[in-house]
Amino acid sequence: MPPHARSDAYRPEALIAEDIDAYLARHERKTLLRLITCGSVDDGKSTLIGRLLYESHTIFEDQLDTLTAESARLGTQGDAIDFALLVDGLAAEREQGITIDVAYRFFSTPARKFIVADCPGHEQYTRNMVTGASTADLAVILVDARKGVLPQTRRHSHLVHLIGVRHLVLAVNKMDLVDYDQATFDRIVADYVDFAGGIGITGVIAVPVSGFKGDNITTASVNTPWYTGPALIEHLEAVELDQFSSRTRPFRMPVQWVNRPHHDFRGFSGLIASGTVRPGDQVSVLPSARRSTISRIVTEGGDLPVAVAGQSVTLTLSDEVDCSRGDVIASAGDPPQAADQFEATLVWMADEPMLPGRAYWLKLGAQQVAATIQTTKYEVNVVTGERLAAKKLELNAIGVVNLATDRPLVFEPYADNRTMGGFILIDRLTNATVAAGTLHFALNRAQNVQWQPLDISREHHARIKNQKPAVLWLTGLSGAGKSTIANLVEKRLAWMNRHTFLLDGDNIRHGLNRDLGFTEVDRIENIRRVGEVAKLMTDAGLIVIAAFISPFRADRDLVRSMTAPGEFVEVHIDTPLALAEARDPKGLYARARAGELKNFTGIDSPYEPPDDPELRIDTAAVTPAEAANLIVSYLVGDPR
Amino acid sequence: MTQMSAPALSTIRRDFPHVDESVAAIEPLTHLEALEAESIHIMREVAAEAEQPVMLYSVGKDSAVMLHLARKAFYPSAPPFPLLHVDTTWKFRAMYEMRDRMAAESRMNLIVHRNPEALARGINPFDHGALHTDMWKTEGLKQALDQHRFDAAFGGARRDEEKSRAKERIFSFRSAHHRWDPKNQRPEVWNLYNARKNKGETIRVFPLSNWTELDVWQYIRREDIPVVPLYFAAPRPTVERDGLILMVDDDRFPLRPGERPVERSVRFRTLGCYPLTGAVESTARTVAEVIQETLLTTSSERQGRAIDTETGGASMERKKQEGYF
Repeated sequence: MPPHARSDAYRPEALIAEDIDAYLARHERKTLLRLITCGSVDDGKSTLIGRLLYESHTIFEDQLDTLTAESARLGTQGDAIDFALLVDGLAAEREQGITIDVAYRFFSTPARKFIVADCPGHEQYTRNMVTGASTADLAVILVDARKGVLPQTRRHSHLVHLIGVRHLVLAVNKMDLVDYDQATFDRIVADYVDFAGGIGITGVIAVPVSGFKGDNITTASVNTPWYTGPALIEHLEAVELDQFSSRTRPFRMPVQWVNRPHHDFRGFSGLIASGTVRPGDQVSVLPSARRSTISRIVTEGGDLPVAVAGQSVTLTLSDEVDCSRGDVIASAGDPPQAADQFEATLVWMADEPMLPGRAYWLKLGAQQVAATIQTTKYEVNVVTGERLAAKKLELNAIGVVNLATDRPLVFEPYADNRTMGGFILIDRLTNATVAAGTLHFALNRAQNVQWQPLDISREHHARIKNQKPAVLWLTGLSGAGKSTIANLVEKRLAWMNRHTFLLDGDNIRHGLNRDLGFTEVDRIENIRRVGEVAKLMTDAGLIVIAAFISPFRADRDLVRSMTAPGEFVEVHIDTPLALAEARDPKGLYARARAGELKNFTGIDSPYEPPDDPELRIDTAAVTPAEAANLIVSYLVGDPR
Repeated sequence: MTQMSAPALSTIRRDFPHVDESVAAIEPLTHLEALEAESIHIMREVAAEAEQPVMLYSVGKDSAVMLHLARKAFYPSAPPFPLLHVDTTWKFRAMYEMRDRMAAESRMNLIVHRNPEALARGINPFDHGALHTDMWKTEGLKQALDQHRFDAAFGGARRDEEKSRAKERIFSFRSAHHRWDPKNQRPEVWNLYNARKNKGETIRVFPLSNWTELDVWQYIRREDIPVVPLYFAAPRPTVERDGLILMVDDDRFPLRPGERPVERSVRFRTLGCYPLTGAVESTARTVAEVIQETLLTTSSERQGRAIDTETGGASMERKKQEGYF
């Protein structure tokens, strides 16, 4: 058993044994508080969390037995129980005696359930701290009473403030090791308040504690008669939850999923980000700004008369308005804005640095768009608060940037609404989450002109055309229908205001490539030149439609490798040789069969069909018009 | 130091005096309501972003809650994915009955997978020890995911169950070989889940990550969710072996010389293969009584499972790295 007896404050009540139904009725009314604990390496954070679990009777006897055994083997507390071993869950962590990753811990008291994000203190784990802070209502910042406010303390405070955690508790720990000295406590608190005020943190609560001995954890400690504030858990039970402040804001619900079980029901499912909603409320669907009225709030347990921020619901509207995943249903009287250029703070979380000009996926709510960092305005030193000049951001760096998206984003400043202003960036090659970001405000275009880099990048070319460049590469036998389909595709794209250019075997061979014949070497050179031209055109932001027999796999792969990832769309116009030969629109097969044309694909030269094309069009099964529709919808219908 | 005094109990009234009464009067979301909303949000994200999702259904109480939440998340539609039961042929009989009943009720397609190699070799918990779990569960799961090309699989694991689970993300990625790399997990900020996969990768999704055992029981009670009767105490034929009380669920249970089944009033805190699942002596016959026992108990839930203690402290972490759920 532990050397330090636990207090009786949260001993399971007698009610459990006597009247379980009454007990459960009471406990079903608990609320949920999420908190994060941060501190330097040896501030005793894990010990404090272990203590919270222990005091709230969350640790069972078998766990305590295991812990006692492990403490003797691996612990750092002599004969006493090392609570840190309870929360360091990965083998590597226990071996090295450090915390590597965020761990989530749970405990509850009669008033609340608590989810604790236990975050490592080392600088290299900034991203883990941001992860833990992002969902927290409250942060506990630990300071070792013997060491006072350290650079780490400042860094952690800055981070939780940046992520918008509304409540901060300064826990001055290890008070037992400074003989519960009030002057030491007061000095540390004064130090901290001085620093915190400087970066805009106000309303900090400071508590003198000992995680190891249990002072001021559940009840006022007799060792600190000079302290009149709440014990730590008392404060955690009383602090106001974020769910209250978000329900007082205007209604917003990002649409996650459209619920269509049959033709008579069309519901929009999502988690309410802010506000309240009732049947009859006037709403606006963004970004289209179509207006409608809430008809029902549908749940499996029956329709609701009202729903509030934090609930997952399904709404139906009184009109047949267009609404899909990524749209936001908002109160019509006070809808959020949509914009495509922003100032934002980024926390960089990847080994590979952030580079201006590179495109990333940006996910905000249920919206996913392509985004490019235009400029880095400055990097923030999270210890001193200084602004540093920077172009790129390295792992764990925090900076303020301007970014642009390829489509308008429905948003609100992060300070007003975490869900509508918090986003992640995703690397397009590795699919890793590379950054967490918070939107400050939208930049209007006039304001933004001066921020454009002088070198006009390929992204910029594409952005002003409002499209994603691509090479639609149509390959297939002579007579398969490539030119016919390519023409139809270009017409359809032109109707959609897309900027295109058609490269066709014939028009290229009359000019650029008129010096080339039909030997294997010349065919390869032909395709290489076409590839280079297509690449230049995508750099200019165009959608290139290339219709070439291009019989050799290696050549097509060469073109693919020249273009940016995802831009090369290989379309196999698949026609059986017999059918192509029967069509023979230019009489070429007849001439090849007669021996008048040498090296004719399909007759005396091979055609290597693509192994894994983005699209395969079976011309025996679809008309040219249908083929063109398939290609166009592949291009514009795929948001990725 | 004056600003460091105790906080007053804050109220909506004081902080938001302009808010109309009808908003202030709405009750706060309880912890169960908040957890429910979070789980439903997770499930809808997967349905929207994954190509071929599936829900692992192990017939236990966590699966029961997960299935219940899925039905709520997509109501009035049926959940847009099938249920997958990775069977070992050694589950309790009552579990098979419950499984078939719930599949029918939920209008979901039920896929039952039994590792054909384990079946052919007659792998069983009595003769093969750890190999039983590896072959039937770990290998069986991988086979089923590969065979049906599922790219996202819901599991009912909770972070309070075990230390390595406490560190796992809600969207947890597995390599093409189903391996988990705990040191290379994607940061998971706010409730934004990055579901983009690399070629061959799959995702295990844990919508109950933030639930505790007590939350699960309270929710089962609140929502009146059907669970396997084995969770409630009844007289059952048992033997005591290696510190575990085991139930003799069918005649495949090889009795040791001199061993005779004894009738005891027992229930199970977790359900798995019957020869590997320890019972606790109990008189709790209702959900409320089970909660009562849970609150007054002094040992953690997984204690009844032989699997966690096979090779010392990091056993579960190792199993997870190899592809176990």
